[in-house]
Amino acid sequence: MAFLEIQQLAKTYPASAGTSTGTSTAAKPVFEQVSFTIERGEFVCIIGHSGCGKTTILNVLAGLEQASAGIVVMDGREINGPSLDRGVVFQGHALMPWMSVADNIGFAVRSRWPAWKPAQVAQQVQKYIDLVGLRGAEHKKPSALSGGMKQRVGIARAFAIEPKMLLLDEPFGALDALTRGVIQDELLRICAATRQTVFMITHDVDEAILLADKILLMSNGPQAVIAEIVNNSMPRQRSRHSIHHDPQYYRIRNHLVDFLVHRSRQIQSGELPRPGQPLQVSPGLIADTPASTAAVASA
Amino acid sequence: MPFSRNKLRDLLASGLLSLAILAVLLMAWHVATLPAPEPASVATGSGNVAGNNASDEYARLMGQGAKKTDGFPSPAQVGQTIVAQLSDPFYDRGPNDKGIGIQMAHSLGRVGIGFVLALLTALPLGFLIGMSPLWQRAFNPFIQILKPISPLAWMPLALYTIKDSSISGIFVIFICSVWPMLINTAYGVGAVRREWLNVARTLEVSPLRKAFLVILPAAAPTILTGMRISIGIAWLVIVAAEMLVGGTGIGYFVWNEWNNLSLTSVLFAILMIGVVGMLLDFAFASLQRMVTYVE
Repeated sequence: MAFLEIQQLAKTYPASAGTSTGTSTAAKPVFEQVSFTIERGEFVCIIGHSGCGKTTILNVLAGLEQASAGIVVMDGREINGPSLDRGVVFQGHALMPWMSVADNIGFAVRSRWPAWKPAQVAQQVQKYIDLVGLRGAEHKKPSALSGGMKQRVGIARAFAIEPKMLLLDEPFGALDALTRGVIQDELLRICAATRQTVFMITHDVDEAILLADKILLMSNGPQAVIAEIVNNSMPRQRSRHSIHHDPQYYRIRNHLVDFLVHRSRQIQSGELPRPGQPLQVSPGLIADTPASTAAVASA
Repeated sequence: MPFSRNKLRDLLASGLLSLAILAVLLMAWHVATLPAPEPASVATGSGNVAGNNASDEYARLMGQGAKKTDGFPSPAQVGQTIVAQLSDPFYDRGPNDKGIGIQMAHSLGRVGIGFVLALLTALPLGFLIGMSPLWQRAFNPFIQILKPISPLAWMPLALYTIKDSSISGIFVIFICSVWPMLINTAYGVGAVRREWLNVARTLEVSPLRKAFLVILPAAAPTILTGMRISIGIAWLVIVAAEMLVGGTGIGYFVWNEWNNLSLTSVLFAILMIGVVGMLLDFAFASLQRMVTYVE
């Protein structure tokens, strides 16, 4: 059994009452039939357009939201609420502005290990502050930090509780390209060092290729499904500086962009068949022919 | 924090301007209260000497002697009273003659006790209302009806049930300061950012820790705003309340001096009420700055 198993997940929000169209139309699920697995130590990214329910899936994994149908099992136990086993890095960093950097991380550490002595907590906090390269900023308030530094604190806070799995909700969305690259490298390094299992939402195709072992592609909502599971066949030791020299890089990238531009919409509108099961593809390994992506689409 | 040269100059300019305004006001006051020149109106030209004498005597009896003023004290007289009162603020010569310091202490004591009791009520209740829409809706009609009632309207009821004028005063302070704190606490608690609460949830933080380490600091600036409004209202109300119940306090002092027709003392008391009110507001403003955070 895989480390994390998601089976037939669906989410339907109750139809808003009093709309002019009447109540005859039942509310459509935002997404449905979402099933996938994550192995221990695997880095999984999910890509899809806004409104396909990515964040809802992440919130269900975090235990912050209830799915309408389906189950999530992590490490043999069903997820039905928030837990310290899963660390979350929020989209808007969600630091407590009245606490210093060290206090923000310390708050998480003390929640994880209530019996620890202050010295132990301080040691753990310092370890993760060093890990994300924030030494010297321990006593600063979040308002005195740049966007990139704030997100590093968020990452350090999530890592510091040593969760079994890390959930990242578009953590770099608000950062400029330069800062984003630096922090991506850091995340890659930390994950490699800690063998952390990660589930991450992103809008950035390059980010997904750099970080993920497996990329889940969602069709447009409502009634979004996981249409494809793209296996990142490039060697795991990737670096932002050399990754684009790998011939696989552009095959995977083209495949992802093609999906986002065309197929994600076509599946929703019915021009393409809805896959009952997500297609497992490895576009990086397919020989470079112009028809390769088309072949996958019609497979 | 060192001031820049420009800022220092601005401060100096505004300070000088304030002094100038004060000087103009004092001068106008002084001129307005100058003794009127010997009136010619009493000695009209009809020549009735006996009648004239009688009206002179009558005038003297009525305290309208040769020095004719309209009774309003001049700035110099008020200044003398201020110096005299402040040089011995804590004298106590019986129930109707106590120093301003003692009276002020009585008022501040009542305000303090009433305010703290209101805070102890408003904080937990505000948390409950702010965190639960159900309780919010349940309490709302009561708050809406009770809030606009003038606190002094409670006074007869308080006097009848409590039967102690001093405690009735405290009750009136309590009832007037509880609403702004309750409403602001509920609002602040209800408006705590969802993501901070989600952080607390994913960290499995216990309800008590969440209340004290997340919600309280997050809502503190709003709560302090409520406290600042409350202390301002309480200080307004205590004067009126003490005028009604009498005995001690700055409000009673004002009323007592009015009965003595000592307008200099009334003016002095008014000034003191203003100064203490300003200091109270200042104290809460600095408390507010302490808990305010930048997002």
